[in-house]
Amino acid sequence: MLKINNLHVSVGDKPILKGLTLDVPAGEVHAVMGPNGAGKSTLGYALTGRPGYEATQGEAAWNGADLLALDPAERAAKGVFLSFQYPIEIPGVPALTFVRTALNAQKRARGEEEVSAPAFLKLVRAASQKLRMDFDMLKRPLNVGFSGGEKKRMEILQMALLEPSLLILDETDSGLDIDALRIVADGVNALRSPERAMVVITHYQRLLDYIRPDRVHVLAGGRIVASGGPELAHELEAEGYDKYLPQAA
Amino acid sequence: MSALNIRDSSTFPSRRVEAWKYSDLRRWLREAPEVSSAVAVSGDGPWAGLGGDQLAFGNGAAAGADAFVGSGEQVLRLRFVSETSGTGHTAAARISARPGARLLLLESHEGAGSGYVAHNRLEIDVAPGAEVTRLVLVEEPEDAISVTEAEVRLGEGARYAQTIAATGAKLQRLETRIVHPGQGADVRMDGVYALSGARHVDLTSVVDHQGPDGRTSQLAKGVVRDTARGVFQGKIVVQRGADGTDARMGHHALILGERAEIDAKPELIIYADDVQCAHGNTVGNLDESALFYMQQRGLPADEARALLTQAFLFEVIDRIDHEGARERVREWLGDRL
Ligand SMILES: Nc1ncnc2c1ncn2[C@@H]1O[C@H](COP(=O)(O)OP(=O)(O)OP(=O)(O)O)[C@@H](O)[C@H]1O
Ligand SMILES: [Mg+2]
Repeated sequence: MLKINNLHVSVGDKPILKGLTLDVPAGEVHAVMGPNGAGKSTLGYALTGRPGYEATQGEAAWNGADLLALDPAERAAKGVFLSFQYPIEIPGVPALTFVRTALNAQKRARGEEEVSAPAFLKLVRAASQKLRMDFDMLKRPLNVGFSGGEKKRMEILQMALLEPSLLILDETDSGLDIDALRIVADGVNALRSPERAMVVITHYQRLLDYIRPDRVHVLAGGRIVASGGPELAHELEAEGYDKYLPQAA
Repeated sequence: MSALNIRDSSTFPSRRVEAWKYSDLRRWLREAPEVSSAVAVSGDGPWAGLGGDQLAFGNGAAAGADAFVGSGEQVLRLRFVSETSGTGHTAAARISARPGARLLLLESHEGAGSGYVAHNRLEIDVAPGAEVTRLVLVEEPEDAISVTEAEVRLGEGARYAQTIAATGAKLQRLETRIVHPGQGADVRMDGVYALSGARHVDLTSVVDHQGPDGRTSQLAKGVVRDTARGVFQGKIVVQRGADGTDARMGHHALILGERAEIDAKPELIIYADDVQCAHGNTVGNLDESALFYMQQRGLPADEARALLTQAFLFEVIDRIDHEGARERVREWLGDRL
């Protein structure tokens, strides 16, 4: 269970999240929607420990572990994964090398046995085939010169290989063409399991046709201001966020 | 200013000499040191495993020949070994490659002991159509002073590629001067440095294009930590008449310590027309967002930093054509980051 209680997060001196409370039980998929600048990405960064995103109040725990007390790599080893809205380029480090290094670092942190190079290659070949990714692309430096859609696929590939338990997808659908959206959604759905929880941040109902959420939340003004079933996403698509925004005086 | 002679303190340049502005030899060395005694050179040095012939100097004294003439395809390990404390020595070597020769020159500066002063002079002649690849690994005690001067003369259509990898010393200067005849001759002039503590390295080079249609490509990269200081002085001169020259120079450094320092002086001096020249120089820090991204995927902060730093420097190493030597330099440098 992901338990976020009264979370306040500031970026620099600017308060962005102002008392956000959200529970996502294991086995469920929750969508988070909300206007630009509401703090959706900030939530993802705060949960994964990005420097500069300071939690000034409140709690966030995953399966009982106090996330805010851990450094980013420790959180990753606890199974927390953020698919970035804008994946970062890592010059000079081939994607394959990067993912294997990351996977083995996590395994080490958990006291598990590391994966050998040949075994890893086998895993990657299978996973990249499922996502219809060109294997040669994985020999290139991670994300450098990748198209927007390729970067998003690369995020899902990493997710498939790292097998996290708490998945935060920040606008994974943006930049994907229609076929890619389906492929990526299949990749995400393949990871659905009773032990995993997913937070899917999106602006569009379309993604939620493929990844069916159990709950939909509206994040506005740094808080969850409304929650409902999948029908809430349709309602938002039709009506927008007007009624959730602070009224102009 | 007369040529450096470590037995004559009046030849020690201070920072008032323009070319030594960032590497004030006189500050560290006021008097001529006592002369080192020769030592035997043992083992095969850091290039063991790549075979070839050996030319070695122990505290400046040649263990056998002090010159080598290459023909055909050859590998030569050139070793400058210093094993002394508080004394000074000069080594002088001459290397030449006959027309059509392909010489892989694997040079090492191996320092043991402390506080020594080493001066190495190297002359390299590359005949028309010959090819020399000079790869240099430099590892010396933190309190040593060393100055290596290489004078390279190229014939028409010659190819010369150089990569220096250095970890610095109290003052460590590696200077290369190339007379570039143009005429299709091709030069790669690279360097990489990784410094910690109070170490200082100085990569200085002068490439003088005297004839048309020559090419020079230069890439130097370094990281400095703690209070270390990296100096890069790259000068490319394109003389009148050296039309069609293609010269590119880049120096990029990462400063990983608040008190570390980089001094870079890239210079392109062009007297000819119709040339392609470009230079770039950047000094920065590791990309914070990349570091966070890597940690988010599970890499501990130290490991993320090391991987990014290594990737940054390996761009230079990856320009080495010879596969075995490239792997050796990668391994050597990787162990020293
Ligand atoms: N480094 C920063 N410095 C200053 N303000 C920031 C910084 N990062 C984010 N913010 C601000 O925080 C607010 C929330 O940003 P965030 O990226 O979380 O929004 P979002 O809900 O993800 O928006 P979008 O839908 O456009 O992705 C914005 O007003 C943004 O300008
Ligand atoms: Mg966002």
